[in-house]
Amino acid sequence: MSLKVGVLALQGAFREHREMFEALGATVVEVRTPSHLGGTDALVLPGGESTTMRKLLDTAGLLDVLCERIDAGTPVLATCAGLILLASEVSDARDVDGDPRVMSVLDCTVRRNAYGPQPASFEAPLTVVGLPGGTFPGVFIRAPVIERTGRGVEVRSLHDGNPVYVASGPVRATTFHPELADDLRLHEQFLSEVTA
Amino acid sequence: MCGNARIVRGRSRYHEGVSDNPAGTHTTGTARVKRGLAEMLRGGVIMDVVDPDQARVAEDAGAVAVMALERVPADIRRDGGVARMSDPGMIEEIQAAVTVPVMAKCRIGHFAEAQVLESLGVDYVDESEVLTPADEAHHVDKWAFTVPFVCGATDLGEALRRISEGAAMIRSKGEAGTGDIVQAVRHLRSILGDIRALTVADDAELYRRAKELRAPVDLVREVASRGELPVPLFCAGGIATPADAALVMQLGAQATFVGSGIFKSEDPATRAKAIVEATTHHSDPAIIAKVSRGLRSPMLGLAADEIDTHLAERGW
Repeated sequence: MSLKVGVLALQGAFREHREMFEALGATVVEVRTPSHLGGTDALVLPGGESTTMRKLLDTAGLLDVLCERIDAGTPVLATCAGLILLASEVSDARDVDGDPRVMSVLDCTVRRNAYGPQPASFEAPLTVVGLPGGTFPGVFIRAPVIERTGRGVEVRSLHDGNPVYVASGPVRATTFHPELADDLRLHEQFLSEVTA
Repeated sequence: MCGNARIVRGRSRYHEGVSDNPAGTHTTGTARVKRGLAEMLRGGVIMDVVDPDQARVAEDAGAVAVMALERVPADIRRDGGVARMSDPGMIEEIQAAVTVPVMAKCRIGHFAEAQVLESLGVDYVDESEVLTPADEAHHVDKWAFTVPFVCGATDLGEALRRISEGAAMIRSKGEAGTGDIVQAVRHLRSILGDIRALTVADDAELYRRAKELRAPVDLVREVASRGELPVPLFCAGGIATPADAALVMQLGAQATFVGSGIFKSEDPATRAKAIVEATTHHSDPAIIAKVSRGLRSPMLGLAADEIDTHLAERGW
């Protein structure tokens, strides 16, 4: 029986995640309301705009249920905006934003859009711990920077001294977009850890 | 340019066994990075705003990006005259007011305006027919820029010509500033219908179609094999209600631009939020019904066949 992966599909690059997990043989359901979460074995929080996604999570009534699922140990792959949603601290928060922390399940401090506006977005080859087959194509788009990681957080890849791929409990999170790379290895690694 | 100078820290003990990838190995301005930002905006609403206050209202409502411009299309249409790139000071104020991406418009073919916008660090440049064209034969060579471009199109040939010039996102032109969705629907149906027809064409037909579309045959072949454009296709021009957004999303648009439709309506904040929800939940009529209640008046609008100036005819 194949694994059922719920991809948060409120906004952003959810289609790319869906296509990659389907190519790896998983069953994928797009999650837009709490009822879509039923029966899912793993979750994906895709890249997109974190400010927008946070508001849409609220209006869709998904915030609390997602937190409960992740707290209960459901594996989650979070990329870029998804990582920001999980972080325990957002260092560039301003009063006008209200509190940008959303789920606080990953002990780290992130700075949103830390490399600058879109012209500073870049591609870079990454060495990833535990990933065979050479470097992984990192696609960084208006990416955040992880400024601090907590004690239980394992760093799996660095770029320019900053962690860009971290793991903690059931959470796997990247500041780059594996869903935009023509490379299934990171998704495959996530699935094999879910089933392990 | 990559890396963050504000962060000064060595490799901590949690990083043991992880080899660093130094900043020098990175590349900016690639097609993947340019198209990638458009993919991040998918399922969202990009809203026209003319000042920081409107930008904050848009962001609060859930806009996925804002388009900074001096006058919304309805006012450009009313005022007439030459419409140009916005004041850089105003664009910077809007950049400072929000965390979502900020886009800005340059005139068709006006590469010097595009250079100015790139130097301001805008996240996307819209080479837009809503402004008065600066060149009657040439669009901007968009490959020459690091900043990505979005361009309008009315049919598949126009979309492919813009992509061949380097556009990283295509939007329907619609008929901006009218609040009438009919033109956007025509453009989307034309683009998507012609793509569907390409997927069943044989090789000889693809050569003929490339000539008819006035588009490079390699690009035509790519579209035929993918069944979609190589860049995201968004909808713009005439969206005024949540149901309008649901309509174009179900037709196959991947996100929506809303211009005059929000800030020319009676209650912009509520309408903006409703259009955002309708774009996300476009195939759920119960949600569209819920968010469509009590929105007060939409923009009055102009029927597209009653107007004298057809912005969609600009561009070549």
